[in-house]
Amino acid sequence: MNKPDIREQLKQRILILDGAMGTMIQKYTLGENDFRNESLKDHPKPLKGNNDLLSITRPDVIKAIHLEYLNAGADILETNTFSGTTIAQEDYGCEHLVYAINFESAKLAKEAADEVTAQNPDKPRYVAGSMGPTNKTASISPDINDPGKRAITFDELRIAFKDQAKALIDGGVDLLLLETIIDTLNAKAALFGIQELFDEGVREVPIMVSATITDASGRTLSGQTTEAFLISVEHMPLLSVGLNCALGAAAMRPYLQVLANKAPFFVHVYPNAGLPNEFGQYDESPEFMGQQVEEFLKDGFVNILGGCCGTTPDHIREMAKRAEKYQPRHEKVEA
Amino acid sequence: MVYGPWTMVNKIMNNANYSLTLSGLEPLIIYSGSNFINVGERTNVTGSRKFLRCIQEGRYEDAVEIAREQVNGGAQIIDINMDEGMIDGKEAMVRFLNLIASEPDIARVPVMIDSSKWEIIEAGLQVIQGKGVVNSISMKGGEAEFIAQAKKVKRYGAAVIVMAFDEEGQADSYERRIEICERAYRILVDQVQFNPADIIFDPNIFPVATGMEEHRRNAIDFFRATKWIKENLPGAKVSGGVSNVSFSFRGNDPVREAMHSAFLFHGIHHGMDMGIVNPSQLEVYDEIDKELLERVEDVLLDRRDDATERLLDFAENFKGKAKEKKEDLSWREAPVEERLSHALVKGITDFVEVDVEEARTKYPRPLHVIEGPLMNGMNVVGDLFGAGKMFLPQVVKSARVMKKAVAYLLPYMEEEKRLNPQNDKANGKVLMATVKGDVHDIGKNIVGVVLSCNSYEIIDMGVMVPADKILQKAIEEKVDVIGLSGLITPSLDEMVHVASEMERLGMDIPLLIGGATTSRVHTAVKIDPVYSGPVVHVLDASKSVPVVSSLISEEQMTAYRAQVKQENADFRDDYHKRKAVKNLISIKDARANALKLDWDNYTPPAPKQIGVKAFRNFPLDELRKYIDWTPFFQSWELAGKYPSILKDDVVGEEATRLFQDANAMLDEIVNRRLFTANGVVGIFPANRVDDDVEIYRDETRSGVQETFHFLRQQNQKAAGLPNLSLADFIAPKESGKADYLGGFAVTAGLRVEELVKKYEAELDDYRAIMAKALADRLAEAFAECMHHKVRTELWAYSDEKLNNEELISEKYQGIRPAPGYPACPDHTEKRPLFDLLKAEENTDMQLTESMAMMPAAAVSGFYFSHPESKYFGLGKIDKDQVHDYAQRKGHSVEWVEKWLSPVLNY
Repeated sequence: MNKPDIREQLKQRILILDGAMGTMIQKYTLGENDFRNESLKDHPKPLKGNNDLLSITRPDVIKAIHLEYLNAGADILETNTFSGTTIAQEDYGCEHLVYAINFESAKLAKEAADEVTAQNPDKPRYVAGSMGPTNKTASISPDINDPGKRAITFDELRIAFKDQAKALIDGGVDLLLLETIIDTLNAKAALFGIQELFDEGVREVPIMVSATITDASGRTLSGQTTEAFLISVEHMPLLSVGLNCALGAAAMRPYLQVLANKAPFFVHVYPNAGLPNEFGQYDESPEFMGQQVEEFLKDGFVNILGGCCGTTPDHIREMAKRAEKYQPRHEKVEA
Repeated sequence: MVYGPWTMVNKIMNNANYSLTLSGLEPLIIYSGSNFINVGERTNVTGSRKFLRCIQEGRYEDAVEIAREQVNGGAQIIDINMDEGMIDGKEAMVRFLNLIASEPDIARVPVMIDSSKWEIIEAGLQVIQGKGVVNSISMKGGEAEFIAQAKKVKRYGAAVIVMAFDEEGQADSYERRIEICERAYRILVDQVQFNPADIIFDPNIFPVATGMEEHRRNAIDFFRATKWIKENLPGAKVSGGVSNVSFSFRGNDPVREAMHSAFLFHGIHHGMDMGIVNPSQLEVYDEIDKELLERVEDVLLDRRDDATERLLDFAENFKGKAKEKKEDLSWREAPVEERLSHALVKGITDFVEVDVEEARTKYPRPLHVIEGPLMNGMNVVGDLFGAGKMFLPQVVKSARVMKKAVAYLLPYMEEEKRLNPQNDKANGKVLMATVKGDVHDIGKNIVGVVLSCNSYEIIDMGVMVPADKILQKAIEEKVDVIGLSGLITPSLDEMVHVASEMERLGMDIPLLIGGATTSRVHTAVKIDPVYSGPVVHVLDASKSVPVVSSLISEEQMTAYRAQVKQENADFRDDYHKRKAVKNLISIKDARANALKLDWDNYTPPAPKQIGVKAFRNFPLDELRKYIDWTPFFQSWELAGKYPSILKDDVVGEEATRLFQDANAMLDEIVNRRLFTANGVVGIFPANRVDDDVEIYRDETRSGVQETFHFLRQQNQKAAGLPNLSLADFIAPKESGKADYLGGFAVTAGLRVEELVKKYEAELDDYRAIMAKALADRLAEAFAECMHHKVRTELWAYSDEKLNNEELISEKYQGIRPAPGYPACPDHTEKRPLFDLLKAEENTDMQLTESMAMMPAAAVSGFYFSHPESKYFGLGKIDKDQVHDYAQRKGHSVEWVEKWLSPVLNY
């Protein structure tokens, strides 16, 4: 299916990214068996919780979630591949499944997007290949006693991300989304690997880069301010730069504003549904969160809006409804 | 690239002034109206000896502190360079960058990765999360390599410095500069799609006023090229290393400083954005002597044909200052206060008595002369010293003037006291001592002098002072502060002991710790916790005054003492938190990875004669030739390598003066045989058994006379690198090869005390300290001389013909490591060595219970002849080796742990 260039869409309107995958999966109360298929029946490690595997073992569940988000108004779906690197899959002993996870997840999301787009071709739906930060950081020591130590190298990250991106692109994604970046050096390694991929002739797709500001210090986990983060990744031609996770929408505002003012790219934001409560649940209602993000819309901060942890199709529906009333952030090139 | 051009246009449109954006943890944005960006230059092994030493010795914590000081001092970018033949540049770069990444107050600024080796640059780029600067790439190796490297730099997301250098060489004219820069720019922007704002050109700053016609336009061509670049290569920035320009005026600071300021003034005016500048080498542009400025600018801007000659002529006025001073007695016409101040600052003793007498008659009381003009003069000295504008030898000379002045006034004061008893108090009383077992006191004496210059009463108890004596004296004299000094490692434990005794006696006065092996870490971690009073590690003499003053001044003491306690506690916490528990391998694995020399195809050289040979009353003039002067300057806290230190911009003048004084004294020592040099060397049949070396009574190799025990490195080595022990350089017993181990013990310090006492009696600390420093140098020279003799005559395995510089840089076969030093840190191995050499008998030297040699100006060690033998640092060792070593030595583990405490990994 021939879709218009997403940049053309972004100049016309605010696009909506989907909401949380994990939160939705939880609602299905799946068991260990749901995470296994014939070839995994003797896998030595427990697999429950390895949500990315569900794209292979329970594609019905994942596709249903995708469809729910599309029907709620999402323009961009994220693939179910947040932990789809050899590094993150090592915990489950599933490194060998990384290609399949990414390829199948991309295919599944594309199928869902294409089905819905077919019903309404004026509103093309896009698929963004989700690439999480992995569970290791290249510029933070894992050992407080040895500040010079590193759990992973640039090259290991570069290769792992490159493999993931290759499988996602082969599976048909329209975009790549490096998300929840807690250590900029990990992101730089990913960007390096992706650029190599493009050089090797793999289909080029636009890239979204999304940092996580961990707390009120206004910095990433690896210590950078939002602007320093932007400077560190802007050597790469990106589709958008933005923030996700960790903080609720209200607390993100000053950092989002930095990006809105300085980024030479489109800007996205997809906050959590507030901060987790004492039971680890996110409890900002769709209505409440909608009000919060509407402030960003009023100020013209964003081009892409969505939800992270704790958000549901109802949250996305609320955001889509509010976003319709506003113009997208002016891309600076036209200013 | 789908989005490349779009982003580029986007960026350029957004940043009409092409800001260069960099980042550490925080952003740095360099736009066309920015102030000049100062790049810190001290974390560079080629530019900073101090930093080099930290890296070479693996003292990365100290290296990190240098980076921190630099950032605190205002560096907006830090240049990091590890290009040194003796270090693994790639590993050092990565380790250092990783360490500073964990220090938020350093990591906030962007990093400049500086190397001539691409692999080091790339390794650095892989560990920085921010956007740094690569320093540098060029077309020196051709276009293809340039493009490949530029692409990588771009992909890693860094800015780049491009040197104006191509296949033909370095650009040295205006035309070549702009030709190369334009070509590089076009390649970068058009072919590599490099963001133009990320390109920084270094169009080469070369010396001017060299007298060579072709150098006349070096500065003006740089300026013009800078202007051209800024006008014609949109977005590009310009940087450079400024100090090069004044190279031909080394040793003439006023002129150099003026040249740097004027160069920067014009460079910035022409569009220079950033540069590597030593802030201490800059005069304020407005304050440059107008006539000098005119001549400097004539040269920089090539304004007249005779510009160089005119500047050179005029520069003589500044250079000649020192020479003129002798004849120039115009200062004698000033009022007496100014004369005294002048004499103190310049260290002139000639007129002290006349001037002090005049002041004494002018002021109502002799004390007022001290408190008035003399103290004012010393305050000037203190300020200049504190500001780095005076150097230690000068201060010691000032002290000599002060002492003479005070000595002159003393009888009058005592007379006054007798007539009119009242108590005039000094600023405070400081007791100084070198601890038991240690005999080194040059540093302690310097601190004593500096403190006494500042009106503290010093009670100097000398060397080898037991704790009970120190404390008894402290209590009797009601001292305000105790200062302990020591040089050898066992002294560290003794200091802990003194501190714990102070605690037991319920004392609360401040304790100062100083000396070469002491450290902030040891003080905070080992000494501070055993004493509830304040404990301060005093790094150098200049720090001692403010520290003592804050510790005992009534207004500050409470707060300062609490602060000191807190700082130690913080430092200790920090240390425990980050204490690198190194991954050591087992001693078994370390032995398995020993250096395996090919003994089958090598026969160790046999000496002409085995056994011991003593040299008593060795001719001093022969030793003089072997002196390595660099450490001599270090002992006076002057940093730099001999002989270039004599021409150093900052300390050159003072170093030259000190060097002349030293040689004058040496003449006297040599001609009048004021010192006695005794030494002994021996070469013995030896073979290795594991990490021990057995010494045999004779060539039959049947009876073991002595066994030396060596330690082995236990750190994890890169593939192919062995875990070394000195024993590896000796043929193993089972090889069947007859090998030999040498030993030596030499001293030049006998009778030094006589001379020192004489100078002290003359109130001349400058000469007293000088005499000790020279004895140290002569002892080292003696060791070098003996080693040479052993290599070429006694063991005679080498027919080398080396000059002294080559000797100092150890370009010969074989080594002479000393017990207590990095390759074999166990001081107790001196005992068997002394026994074997009959050193006490042959040289009149002695060993203290802490294994320090007496007199202090002494060296002892082993000789290894194998061509592959080399110096190395043992590093940390683990419990398994300590147990093994204790068993081999026949001592308890606790005993071994006590002696080896600095190298234990636990």
